[in-house]
Amino acid sequence: MEISAEQRLFRETNAEFVQEQASVPAVRELYRRGAAFDRGWWSTATELGWTSLLVPEEFGGGSASGEGVTDLVSVAGLLGAHVSPGPLNTVSTVIAGVVHAASGGDHVELLESLMAGDTIATWAAVGVSPAWSPLAPGVTATPAGDGWTLDGIASRVEFAVESDVFLVSAKTATGVIEVLVDAHAPGVSVTSTGSVDFVRTFGDVSFSAVHVPATSLVAAEAAAAEIIAHQTRIANLLQVAEAVGAIGRVFEFTVQWGFDRFSFGRPLVSYQALKHRYADDFLWLEASRAILGAATAAVQSGGEEAQKLVSAAKSYVGDRGVQIVQDCVQLHGGLGVTMDHDLNVYLRRVMLARQLYGTPREHREVIAGLIGI
Amino acid sequence: MTIESVEDFRLRARDWLADNMPKKPLSAERGLTQDDAEWARARELQQILHAGGFAGLCFPKEYGGQGLDREYQDAFTEESVPYEMPLLLNVPSLSICSPTILDMGSEEQKKERISRAISGEEVLCQFLSEPSGGSNLAGVLTRAERDGDSWVINGSKIWSTSAYAADYALCLTRTDWDAPKHRGLTMFLIKVHQPGVELNRMAMVNGSSEFCQEFFDDLVVPASAVVGEVNDGWTVATQQLYYEREAVGGASRYTSGVGNANGGFRPATTLPELARELGLEKEPWVRELVAASEVHHTVQEHLIPYVSAAVQEGRLPGVAMSLARLFHAETDWLEYDAGFEIAGGAGVSHGDDDLAGQWAKHYLMRQGASLGGGSSEMSRNIISERLLKMPREQADDKDIPFREVRQGR
Repeated sequence: MEISAEQRLFRETNAEFVQEQASVPAVRELYRRGAAFDRGWWSTATELGWTSLLVPEEFGGGSASGEGVTDLVSVAGLLGAHVSPGPLNTVSTVIAGVVHAASGGDHVELLESLMAGDTIATWAAVGVSPAWSPLAPGVTATPAGDGWTLDGIASRVEFAVESDVFLVSAKTATGVIEVLVDAHAPGVSVTSTGSVDFVRTFGDVSFSAVHVPATSLVAAEAAAAEIIAHQTRIANLLQVAEAVGAIGRVFEFTVQWGFDRFSFGRPLVSYQALKHRYADDFLWLEASRAILGAATAAVQSGGEEAQKLVSAAKSYVGDRGVQIVQDCVQLHGGLGVTMDHDLNVYLRRVMLARQLYGTPREHREVIAGLIGI
Repeated sequence: MTIESVEDFRLRARDWLADNMPKKPLSAERGLTQDDAEWARARELQQILHAGGFAGLCFPKEYGGQGLDREYQDAFTEESVPYEMPLLLNVPSLSICSPTILDMGSEEQKKERISRAISGEEVLCQFLSEPSGGSNLAGVLTRAERDGDSWVINGSKIWSTSAYAADYALCLTRTDWDAPKHRGLTMFLIKVHQPGVELNRMAMVNGSSEFCQEFFDDLVVPASAVVGEVNDGWTVATQQLYYEREAVGGASRYTSGVGNANGGFRPATTLPELARELGLEKEPWVRELVAASEVHHTVQEHLIPYVSAAVQEGRLPGVAMSLARLFHAETDWLEYDAGFEIAGGAGVSHGDDDLAGQWAKHYLMRQGASLGGGSSEMSRNIISERLLKMPREQADDKDIPFREVRQGR
């Protein structure tokens, strides 16, 4: 894919920063301390422009290349390659929803704070049912005065504990609304629920008679449903990008391992049975890169194909991603299932990317609908 | 003389197509065999294109083409979508054989064969693979021996697509048995239908008979039939394989029109159509299978240009088209397995006039895409050895006289 000089510089600067400050040793250190990410570090990271990419210039954002989605995908891929910490996906998904809404201009202060890294926000999308169903959320909004009262539970909320603001999808008598809620508002309580990942945390957020003023509204009814669909596309696109970055790195060091590891006096990569496994893994990796590129271009341009391509990317990369990493575990032998080896750090992240915001199977159901059956 | 812009060309092509080419028939359904009538029709359509100056756009003018750049062909192909086009002639005649002759052939071969392929008078095909082994192309055993000013050819070729409908073939032979295997080969351009050539159409398990086998019994060809240099046939074959990868990867500038006519293996219906026909389209397990196949097709559609671009940018070598080749086999497996599963018992208990029966019949040919054009196992060797630089498989036929290479029975 052709990239501009600005994009190249942006990517090089990011790569240097992440390599130095946010690669696997940093992740292991955070895990040892029981921390998700360092807020001071996140503020520094936002200075590189990561959180401005989806924000229009009129609200103080922008990207040097003019292709914010493409640039953001490149950041997500880089973070995947290093299994980096940080709330890029959740903050970006919230920003995507807010700027997409007609009410975007009402929330400029929040956008500015998110861009500066002072505020962390996340999407409270679904209830306790394991299905990905943001149009049937676990939180109910009842009209009260000029606003609403929220009751219920949002589950599988990424960085629930670390966030200052929740973008809550809530059901009404006639549909859904999306509202912004302060994490410290009366009636909001957060319970950590653990995570398979070292530094991506999750929690349940419960709402008990939480009052939300009208000014907190992002969108309602049909407009809200459309924004939820957009957020889902962005969330999945970033996850797929992260997974592709991760499997690319895992494949790379697994190839190196195959050259370096000798068995019966021969390197592993001299055995045809293993060469063919590497060939398949490489094919699936390149196919993953190809569909990610197509999905990114479609979301960037807002094309009609965006939904189908994002769902196809999630379906394909979601399934192949874990398969490639597990195959790399197999190629590493017993070392691959030890805590000491970095493979598990990558596998954990790729597992998240497969399961959240709709599993591959759920996205295939979306595709079935799109092709008219 | 000013050069016509692509847009002016497009408009001229649009008008000409509307006035001269027949509209695509409404029922695009195809049978499994391409009979003589279809080939006659393709030649007829090609002659119309040629008469209008819209054939062989990217071939040089002196050999019957129009000497135009790729963008003109792309524009013409886009404009041609509503019309019936001679798709049968695209592969291998126009996109593999003709460009190979253009690069490697004698002036006489270029003047006569390329111009007649473009005009629709003649069709070209390839005699490459042999019964002794399909994937080991440089190991051909068909022999050509010099006899005065002529050559005498003996042996057999197989898997030659549509050879029965062709006039001339590029035929790879062995001419020096004392040289190592790649260095004793010579390519000939020979007449398909002549004394000394016996051609049989092979019956495939799904009813297709596109593939042919040929037997050469003291076939005499003139010295002028040699393409390139004697004993340098591998160079010619390498060029052919390059154009084959390009054509199969959908990146050839020498094809005209959209669609693949040599798809006699492909089911005439889609999985959603099958699901609806059987009333199963709302079953979750059916939707899962149909969508999984759709996903794979979608990924493939984007993998091909992705790999082509990577090759053009030099990120991957030309043999990377093997990735597209291997992926295509996976796509077919997924689709054929899904079709067979959805067809259920109805598939095996019905004949050709039933949709379920058709899908079960296609299942018989499930391995087609993982066998044709070099097996999937060969693709995995190429990917691991040429792209990932892993050690090559041991070969016992390298750097020794070919006559000392052990052959099976």
